[in-house]
Parts: sequence; structure tokens; C-alpha cells
Amino acid sequence: MTVGEVIDKLKLETKVTGNPERTIKGCYVSDMLSDVLANSTEGNLWITRQTHPNIVAVAAIKGLSGIVITGNKPIDPETLIKAAAEEVPVLSTFLSSFEVAGIFYNLIKKPEVA
Amino acid sequence: MEESETMEALEGSFQLKGGDFMDAGAASKEMRTVLANLGVPPETIRRAAVSAFEAEMNVIIHAIAGTLHYAVEGDALKITIIDMGPGIKDIQLAMKEGYSTAPDWAREMGWGSGMGLPNIKNNSDGLKLDSVPGEGTTLEITINLKGK
Ligand SMILES: Nc1ncnc2c1ncn2[C@@H]1O[C@H](COP(=O)(O)OP(=O)(O)OP(=O)(O)O)[C@@H](O)[C@H]1O
Ligand SMILES: [Mg+2]
Repeated sequence: MTVGEVIDKLKLETKVTGNPERTIKGCYVSDMLSDVLANSTEGNLWITRQTHPNIVAVAAIKGLSGIVITGNKPIDPETLIKAAAEEVPVLSTFLSSFEVAGIFYNLIKKPEVA
Repeated sequence: MEESETMEALEGSFQLKGGDFMDAGAASKEMRTVLANLGVPPETIRRAAVSAFEAEMNVIIHAIAGTLHYAVEGDALKITIIDMGPGIKDIQLAMKEGYSTAPDWAREMGWGSGMGLPNIKNNSDGLKLDSVPGEGTTLEITINLKGK
């Protein structure tokens, strides 16, 4: 699944465009930054409610495919500027982290596993 | 002059100020570019960048001010972070996963899970942490650029 497909399927609002063709490899859900630095893997879509500029550094360092900010949380303007410079997609939604994770899980899991 | 330019490109120094989280990651960002130009594998670059960024954040969150210096020395990357205090009383405790004295403002930002120093340990090939309470902390990180 690509970033563009997830944007369509979850009706996410694009705050910063990256490469919509980029393949998402799994997902990580966390609001603790050192946890994401430790346990996310390259290509993960990151679901979080953190919105300050450090999240862009985390995503860039770990090679994450995008950041989904949940619960319609307002995003620091500085975060968007840095994300654009680093080409890290930033997506926003009114859905909760739980809802985004649940929908995304069902999208990427094979039916027989569920 | 070309030679000295090459030398310059293989090391860098950064000032870090307590509380100044806005530009955190500048050092690890420059390092990523330098290492990529040297043909260092992405996984090794990630280990180096995670280590440097966690160290930067620790100065910004816990210390007054400090510097980060990195240098490529042969097959190794050395990252040295020196700060002006307050220092760490119990280094063994500080290294323990889950231990954190992060202030509320940092916790609200999702820092303070007590995972930074363990992350540096797991991502590096060498970690030396020295501290004098009331004076400051020195952290030396080594990353083998030819794989673990
Ligand atoms: N440069 C430093 N100066 C003073 N104290 C430090 C410094 N670096 C770490 N410490 C102390 O060691 C503790 C553990 O550090 P560590 O990086 O593992 O966790 P943290 O910074 O509290 O949380 P996290 O890294 O998960 O955001 C800190 O809470 C702090 O008490
Ligand atoms: Mg830390």
C-alpha cells in the first residue's frame, strides 16, 4: 500500500505532501519519541498526537513513510515547514489513533489472518 | 586547499542550548548527509543518527548548554557531547530503561520515557558516559562504519 492510497482510503487531510507513490511498510503507534526511535522500522506509517517539530526529525532519522496526526490536533507551523524541507508527509484526521490504527490494520492484513 | 575542504566535511560541531528544542536534530541531519556521501549503509546511518539525536535531546532537556562534535576517523564515527551541567549523580541508574527526571514540558512533548540512553547503547558500538555532578556530563559514542 502506498501513502497516496492510505490518504484516499482513510480520507486523510494532506498537510505536507511527500511522495504519494512511496510504499508503506507497516505502522507504529506511539506518542513517546524515544519509543518511536527505538521500535519503529523503516517505511512505517507513524500514528501520533504529537505535533511539535521534533517529530519530523524522528521520522526523517528512522525513514518513516509518513506521520498521521490524529484527533484533529492543530499542528505547529514550524513542524510543517520542517516536514516540507525533509519531504516527510504529514497527514491529519479527526479520527482517533485507535480508529486510524484499526482501519489501517484491516487494510494491510490478509483476510485469512483476521 | 582541496584536502582541507575534505577534512572539514568529515567533522562538525554544534551548539546546544537547554530548552531550545526547535532546531534539535541539526547535528544528526548533517551527519546523515556526510555519512551517505561516504557510502555508509542506511542501517548504520540510522544507528548513528538515532544516537546523536538522543544525545542532543538529552542536553536540550536536562542540561544548561553544551556542544556536539562528530568526526569520521577511519572506519569509525566518533560523536562527543559535552555539557555544562547539572551532571548525573548515578550513572548506572540513568542508564536504566524507564528512569527519567525529565521536566513536565518535555514529558508533554513525548520525551521522558527513560529510553534515550538505552537507545544510544543499543544503536552504538561504544558508549562512554562520564559526569561530575554540579559540573557537567561528557558522552562519547562510537559507531563502526563498516557494520556492527
Ligand atoms: N546530559 C545530561 N545531563 C544531566 N542529566 C542527564 C543527561 N542525560 C541524561 N540525564 C539523566 O539521565 C536520565 C535518563 O536519560 P534518558 O535519555 O535515558 O531518558 P530521558 O531523557 O529522561 O527520556 P527519553 O530519552 O526517553 O526521552 C534523564 O532523565 C536524566 O536524569
Ligand atoms: Mg533522553
